[in-house]
Amino acid sequence: MSTVKPVNQRAWWLVLPVLLSVAFSALIPLMTVVNYSVQDILGPSSSVFVGMEWYKEVLRDSDLHSALVRQLLFSGAVLAAEIPLGIALALAMPAAGWRASLVLVLLAMPLLVPWNVVGTIWQIFSRADIGLLGYALTRFGIDYNYSQSSVAAWCTVLIMDIWHWTPLVALLAYAGLRAIPEAYYQAARIDGASRWAVFRHIQLPKLRGVLMIAVLLRFMDSFMIYTEPFVLTGGGPGTSTTFLSQYLTQKAVGQFDLGPAAAFSLIYFLIILLLCFVLYNYIKDAGTADGKGVS
Amino acid sequence: MKRSQETSGLRAPSRRRWGLLFLIVYLLFTLAPIYWMLHMSLRSNLAITSSFAWLPESFSLANYATIFTDPAWYDGYINSIIYVVLNTIMSVTVALPAAYAFSRYSFIGDKHLFFWLLTNRMTPAAVFLLPFFQLYTAIGLMDTHIAVALAHMVFNVPLAVWILEGFMSAVPREIDETAWIDGYSFPRFFVRIFVPLIKAGIGVTAFFCFMFSWVELLLARTLTSVDAKPIAATMTRTISASGMDWGTLAAAGVLTIVPGALVIYFVRHYIAKGFAMGRV
Repeated sequence: MSTVKPVNQRAWWLVLPVLLSVAFSALIPLMTVVNYSVQDILGPSSSVFVGMEWYKEVLRDSDLHSALVRQLLFSGAVLAAEIPLGIALALAMPAAGWRASLVLVLLAMPLLVPWNVVGTIWQIFSRADIGLLGYALTRFGIDYNYSQSSVAAWCTVLIMDIWHWTPLVALLAYAGLRAIPEAYYQAARIDGASRWAVFRHIQLPKLRGVLMIAVLLRFMDSFMIYTEPFVLTGGGPGTSTTFLSQYLTQKAVGQFDLGPAAAFSLIYFLIILLLCFVLYNYIKDAGTADGKGVS
Repeated sequence: MKRSQETSGLRAPSRRRWGLLFLIVYLLFTLAPIYWMLHMSLRSNLAITSSFAWLPESFSLANYATIFTDPAWYDGYINSIIYVVLNTIMSVTVALPAAYAFSRYSFIGDKHLFFWLLTNRMTPAAVFLLPFFQLYTAIGLMDTHIAVALAHMVFNVPLAVWILEGFMSAVPREIDETAWIDGYSFPRFFVRIFVPLIKAGIGVTAFFCFMFSWVELLLARTLTSVDAKPIAATMTRTISASGMDWGTLAAAGVLTIVPGALVIYFVRHYIAKGFAMGRV
């Protein structure tokens, strides 16, 4: 911030509606889950307090450890692919005119498809016998069957996620790029800066704000991915695409272990919180180290 | 300097060509699955599952006709649109004053509050479904549009505050101060002067709220049964029937893109004008 914001405690009144509306739908269910997590629920009206038992059980669960590793790999791959790809798309998009409008509308389409439909489309689209992608790959002589090979299943889920969410990164980065005043580019031209230097020292620092939101959103949402792989692969073959959310749902709904599932989801939540906090501070510090903070 | 101008002059067009090529290839990748959905929606179920064809062999709108004539299908669309619009209006309305507070003042706990808001997006839905169900049953809102709209505020309000705060921080504070001097009350200043200034931000925020509420399935399905059942949930119904009704499902999928595509068409200029998001 260029100038120091005045201290005004009455600003709380302006924040109150947000606080109440979010707290209503977030804190009450959260407290219910905390309550479940320390009890053994035997029936609708009988439960026994078990303390930290479920937490210990969940932390020892080796299936959970492998789901967590799979999840971390997946979210890492998602970020590594979608963020650079989104920035590159934003740089390649036309700045104005009907072409820009057309590209924006076309690019945003995957974002607007309900998540279960995304899974359904890709389920057919990737089939080697009747789907465009599977058929084309097979024609090129690639042995591709996502319902049998875990590598193929994994790649399909990842490519589906890239297809689905890179447009979000691109839209945000595009909006960020358009907000950079022309004067910055003129100054760079006078200095004879290379294209890379312009990107590294003007565009990237100016994109920090929008990229922060893109990285955090993509991280949280990919870490909780459920509907799309559930529809596409059902977590298989084997457990190769069973990510944390799906494992959790199997526990909560399939086996009806509500106590352990609640403990699991709180640990899950804390992991996301911790990693988001690390990312948040990392991006914030990367900006101040450059000495070119936005606004 | 002259030399560098020459080289950049020489290199720029070829770089632009590579950029264009990349963009076209990516758009083809984006459109391929959507093309396939459109393709499926024009074919019969039998044709979809039995044979591969680059182009649909017949141009049949039968699948679309099913959706437009069967109330079980089109009611899903109406329900989805009602709760998504409600959610968008409610999220933007509560987020506006809050974003103003974050952009203009510092107050005790402001940074913590901001991060806490974000943490509400981080709760894995699976286990929270049951508490949500119990909560909305207890207050008698089950199977109403308002219940889904309220539940979706959990993930839309934090995002709305964040985006709006970025737009508001770009408005110089002198404008507020001038309005105070001119004797405007806060509500009048906010509605008459400030909101029109951040019109673009409201448009972009509304698009994101619309999008995230439109595509969410788990909460929407849990909180509704008949009267407010969303289209995405109606679509899961076809799985339980005798085999999958792929054609109708694809037609319904094509139709789910339409409302959002209209919304982004209306806000395209606001996105193209750019925004930076100040708070990091």
